[in-house]
Amino acid sequence: MTTISPITENQEIEESSEHLDHHDYRLFGLGAFLIADGMTFAGFFAAYLTFKAVNPLLPDSIYELELALPTLNTILLLVSSATFHRAGKALKSDQARLCQRWLLVTALLGLAFLASQMIEYFSLPFGLTDNLYASTFYAVTGFHGLHVTLGTFMIFIVWWQTRIPGGRVKKENMFPLEAAELYWHFVDGIWVILFIIFYLL
Amino acid sequence: MTISIPPTSKQPQESIQPRGWLRYFSFSLDHKVIGLQYLVCGFIFYLVGGALAGAIRIELASPISDFMPRDVYNQVLTLHGTIMIFLWIVPVVNGAFGNYLIPFYVGARDMAFPRLNAVAFWLIPPAGLMLISSYFITGSAQSGWTAYPPLSISTPAAGQIIWILSVLLLGGSSIFGGINFIATILKLRRPGLLLMQLPMYCWAMLGTSILVVLSTPVLAGTLILLSFDIVAHTGFFNPVLGGNVIVYQHLFWFYSHPAVYIMVLPAFGLVSEILPVHCRKPLFGYVTMVYSIMAIVGLGLVVWAHHMFTSGTPPWMRLFFTIATSFIAVPTGIKFFNWVATLWGGRISLNSAVLFSCGFIVNFVLGGITGVALAQVPFDVHVHDTYFVVAHFHYIVYGGSVFVIFSSVYHWYPKFTGRMLNENLGRFHFFLTFVGFNLCFAPQHWLGLNGMPRRVAEYDPQFTFVNQLSSVGALLMALSTLPFLFNIINSILRGKVSGDNPWNALTPEWLTSSPPPVENWLGDPPLVTEPYGYGITKEPNVEDLTEGDNTGASTK
Repeated sequence: MTTISPITENQEIEESSEHLDHHDYRLFGLGAFLIADGMTFAGFFAAYLTFKAVNPLLPDSIYELELALPTLNTILLLVSSATFHRAGKALKSDQARLCQRWLLVTALLGLAFLASQMIEYFSLPFGLTDNLYASTFYAVTGFHGLHVTLGTFMIFIVWWQTRIPGGRVKKENMFPLEAAELYWHFVDGIWVILFIIFYLL
Repeated sequence: MTISIPPTSKQPQESIQPRGWLRYFSFSLDHKVIGLQYLVCGFIFYLVGGALAGAIRIELASPISDFMPRDVYNQVLTLHGTIMIFLWIVPVVNGAFGNYLIPFYVGARDMAFPRLNAVAFWLIPPAGLMLISSYFITGSAQSGWTAYPPLSISTPAAGQIIWILSVLLLGGSSIFGGINFIATILKLRRPGLLLMQLPMYCWAMLGTSILVVLSTPVLAGTLILLSFDIVAHTGFFNPVLGGNVIVYQHLFWFYSHPAVYIMVLPAFGLVSEILPVHCRKPLFGYVTMVYSIMAIVGLGLVVWAHHMFTSGTPPWMRLFFTIATSFIAVPTGIKFFNWVATLWGGRISLNSAVLFSCGFIVNFVLGGITGVALAQVPFDVHVHDTYFVVAHFHYIVYGGSVFVIFSSVYHWYPKFTGRMLNENLGRFHFFLTFVGFNLCFAPQHWLGLNGMPRRVAEYDPQFTFVNQLSSVGALLMALSTLPFLFNIINSILRGKVSGDNPWNALTPEWLTSSPPPVENWLGDPPLVTEPYGYGITKEPNVEDLTEGDNTGASTK
């Protein structure tokens, strides 16, 4: 008797990218999405810079930022970009366990960033609604923090998917890892710009 | 024994998808189904938005506020603008025709990301229903489709927040669509098909999608900040708390001026497809058309502040934005003359599709001329926020985009259904729409020049007669939908069977059956390098001009 094995959607995607010589456009699509996402941040940065240039603070408002913690945060994120890159290289050379270790380090660096950001939030002498600059600061860093949170989730998911045996992310199916990596580098790049605009300028 | 199915066979996917009518209500991945879902869904919202426009014109038929309470009037005009822009024109000129046609034009079997495509569509009905239902539950937003603070902060919060949420959903849908179109046009082209051989609509959609991806997120970010102002009482745009309302206007128009091109560039593309077929002539000036589109995309991103000449804009900014805006008239003018040259000396069959396209050309020139006038600071300061702007805007989006939507429906209806529309009803529809439209909006130029402000329920009694004239025009426009609706429904049931290619067209979507099979072509996709090679030596023979044969004249 002939039975036809049902082809699930994931299998179909994988097969078509392997056998049919279909190019995989998913990274291209993600890149376009990240350009769009970057434009959201561009709007926020433009708003903040205009506020700074045009709107003086109302009297009696406090807006002062410390540099120590955010500098540590910048270092944490930059290092995490490097570790993510190592994870990708490890998987490319078929060392899934090494890749998993690097992914875990990356995710922990992401969590450390979030924790450090929390500490900064609670130690600042102003709140969300205190004044215009404070509102912008919390809204934009919070929006970036949301991106880091999502990215950390992605890393944990990819970490689970590179497990041996049975993980679907492997040398032949790098896309989930590559996508998370591209996204993570993007989030880091945004942080560097944010750091310069909010803390250094 | 287990047989693994070779990946070329799409049998399993087909059997999962519902067939027949049911698939139009399903999470279908077929680009043709999604395209028609966009079209029908958008048309239903158009009827709602049109009813609201009717309510506005009834209110304005008399100089006093007598038809509805003033706060309801504000809600009605806000809903009218939002529905017509975000739920009718943007989804239909981009989503509906883009999804249906682009995969055919690039020689693909579907869009690059079919699942993302379906998600993008299915964001629209909930967003639209949420927006409309807010009227019945909490009262909807009252600050117009621009949602300028501090008005949007001081009007009732619930309706405004629902408005923001639904615009964010619609913006997300638009961005997903844009990403999909860019990937499909740039990456999914059939091997051997060059960019400069694509039908013009592909270029228009590429330009539009670039605008969508670059500008829509800025609106999203701005609305997030605005919702903070409303919910968390921050002061980004609230002057009382030290905020800056002008920043909102800058960010808003950074999206909403390109939004005009997002509504009208695809219409340019669709007209460029329709005219050559019915004039039996190649599209005039293909290359200049392409460069014009790209010039409009580039310039369209740097002209936004011409909406803000009365917002305390500094002189250097006024100068820059006046010059940049005036420059847009150049590529737009090139496109206009190219369409006229395409018509010139052609064997034009004056059917409904061509009539609506010609109506578009006429209306769009009028709207374009008032647009150039509005770009000049001295004139703009005089008519800013008057009915002159309302007239200009409707000449662009109704006389422009909506006329093209109707034209496209008449042109592609045989492709969608395999049946012809009734031509007499179509011509009747056109004349009713054209007369009604011009009667409705041409007098509004006069109203604006004489100082009647927009968005008011009451006005100086000296304007009564002209306003009533405008309301009669609106009535004609409302009536004009009836023959169209009847025609659409009647023709599905008992229209003349069209055959596969009733217009004898050369663009790739006609080189398959009507309606097309699930994967667009039963065999390999044809290679169409001369999509406009009409009427050069003899009546074109479809077989001659496909498969890489370049017997048609060069369109360059």
